[in-house]
Amino acid sequence: MKSTILINPNKKPKWHKMGVGGYIALIITTFLSIFPFYWMFIVASNGTDEISKVPPTLLPGPRFFTVVSHVYEALPQFNQALLNSFYVGTAISVAQVFFSAIAGFAFAKLNFRGQKYMVLFVVLTMMLPSQLGIIPLFMLMGWAGLLNSLGALIIPALVTAFGVFWMRQVIDTQVPNELLEAASIDGAGVFRAYWNIVLPIIAQSSFVLGLFSFLASWNDFLWPLLVLNSPENFTAQVAVNQLKSSYAIDYALNMGGAFLSTLPLLILFIFVGRRLVRGVMDGAVKG
Amino acid sequence: MSQSTVSRRTPRPPSPWKPVKQSRKLSNPNAVVSLNGRWGYLFTAPFFVMFLIFGLAPIIYSVYIAFFNWDALGTQDFIGLDNFTALVADDRFWNAMANTFDIWLMSTIPMLILSISLAAVLHNPYLRGSTFWRTILLVPNITSVLAIAIVFGQLFGRDFGIINDIIGALGFQHIDFVQGTQSSHIAIASMIVWRWTGYNALIFLAAMLAIPGELYESASLDGATKWQQFRYVTLPGLRNTITFVLIVGTIGGLQVFAEPLILGGSYNGGDSGQFSTLTLFLFDQAFVAYKWGYAAAIGIMITFIVAIVSIINFYITRKLAGEKK
Repeated sequence: MKSTILINPNKKPKWHKMGVGGYIALIITTFLSIFPFYWMFIVASNGTDEISKVPPTLLPGPRFFTVVSHVYEALPQFNQALLNSFYVGTAISVAQVFFSAIAGFAFAKLNFRGQKYMVLFVVLTMMLPSQLGIIPLFMLMGWAGLLNSLGALIIPALVTAFGVFWMRQVIDTQVPNELLEAASIDGAGVFRAYWNIVLPIIAQSSFVLGLFSFLASWNDFLWPLLVLNSPENFTAQVAVNQLKSSYAIDYALNMGGAFLSTLPLLILFIFVGRRLVRGVMDGAVKG
Repeated sequence: MSQSTVSRRTPRPPSPWKPVKQSRKLSNPNAVVSLNGRWGYLFTAPFFVMFLIFGLAPIIYSVYIAFFNWDALGTQDFIGLDNFTALVADDRFWNAMANTFDIWLMSTIPMLILSISLAAVLHNPYLRGSTFWRTILLVPNITSVLAIAIVFGQLFGRDFGIINDIIGALGFQHIDFVQGTQSSHIAIASMIVWRWTGYNALIFLAAMLAIPGELYESASLDGATKWQQFRYVTLPGLRNTITFVLIVGTIGGLQVFAEPLILGGSYNGGDSGQFSTLTLFLFDQAFVAYKWGYAAAIGIMITFIVAIVSIINFYITRKLAGEKK
């Protein structure tokens, strides 16, 4: 490469060409990323005995629907649990997008006294370990009569510092001040400017925030486990955990449950994966 | 679209309630001054009200009950700093601390190296199918820790796990990834690495794409090798991103609990507490022993530890990641 440059200085190779090593690394990464999902299905479709052989079966077996029926025998409310997760995730993501976007707009584009300190406060709250207040929060839910209800999952998660901060970044970088100035000269008030100008621009990013909130809520494990105790209120994660505790070593049953609770996310990912990738990269700290 | 809708209207004189005096220093220098800023209080109110009730108040109350012998049954005796002195003398606390740091180190360092390397591969503009590879990287991140821990628990199984099948085929003794201290930490760290490497690779890739191309051009004109380009152009350009990933990773990593909780199936972190972590110990005291005052004291210690380690991280990465701008 060095000699190429010396011989022909006009040809400026900005980049070294992509080597085979890079592709091999990516193929290994792809394999490692997919394998655990594949393995969930293999175990769930073969049964525990088949995978206990050495070497184990690496191909799907015929028992998947038997295992699924075992999951529903062990926990008849499994469908309800999936639905509960869906309700909770939807409620939280809609609320988070709504509250975060409007607060993010205020922090990014409006001037009001104390604004600077409020933003600092939001950033500091993101740094606090989330487990710090979990006991009083549990007591609070008890006083409010929300224990063992989906409200105990939804209400504390309606808005997060992360969401507000994220939307502030998005609105700051994506919405030009000139547009808002022009609108206000044309007589638009704050709310109209937000509705007609900011919202259409940030629609994509709001969708991404909503997706992340949905995933986080769907995958949340400990808090639902603490506050929910009757099976009809279980979320998918609590239901899968329930399978784990009732049958200590039945891997096929556990993996069947885990697979059923993950499948909706995998299907969702097929449609929105690329947007999520862009969301992660847009929100990255660069420099 | 909406822009043209607005601008087609007849210009009106500015509305009378546009109060910001241009002379005063703005609280938000990037603000649109022609919009009435007072709406900001209303718009941010839902966040502050909710955070006050469900975030701040519980934390303050948590600090309060840390000074009490407080349990779920109604005992509420003020005992001053006794919870903290008992905690400092509690072997389980130090064991959990050592485990937490070990798992954190064993997950953070491989995760950083792997994610930066993957990002460097994806950064090459000659790469084909880059959207596909990027999307694949995010797949592990969408699953729940529970599902991962169930799969990894099986893969790492002592008798029938694939990993031990491979170890056995290579002629070594099977390793018990649950009973051993170091080996259980490896199992837990590998779950964390698996889940977060791709996500962080995307963060690093975004940062790499923001590095000006001219820097690479001049480096290659100077005859820099691939490695030299990476070392002297890419790495210094990632300084802030590495700091960010490390601090976020520290906040998460020092609070790790779900992986050990599921791996062991209980709050005690293994038969001899070999993979008990600080947060798991907190939950054990809070929701198994019902010692809420003691658990609150653990929570406060975790907060201090996270803060101290984050500050140390901040300075170390600034030093390590290369020359100042």
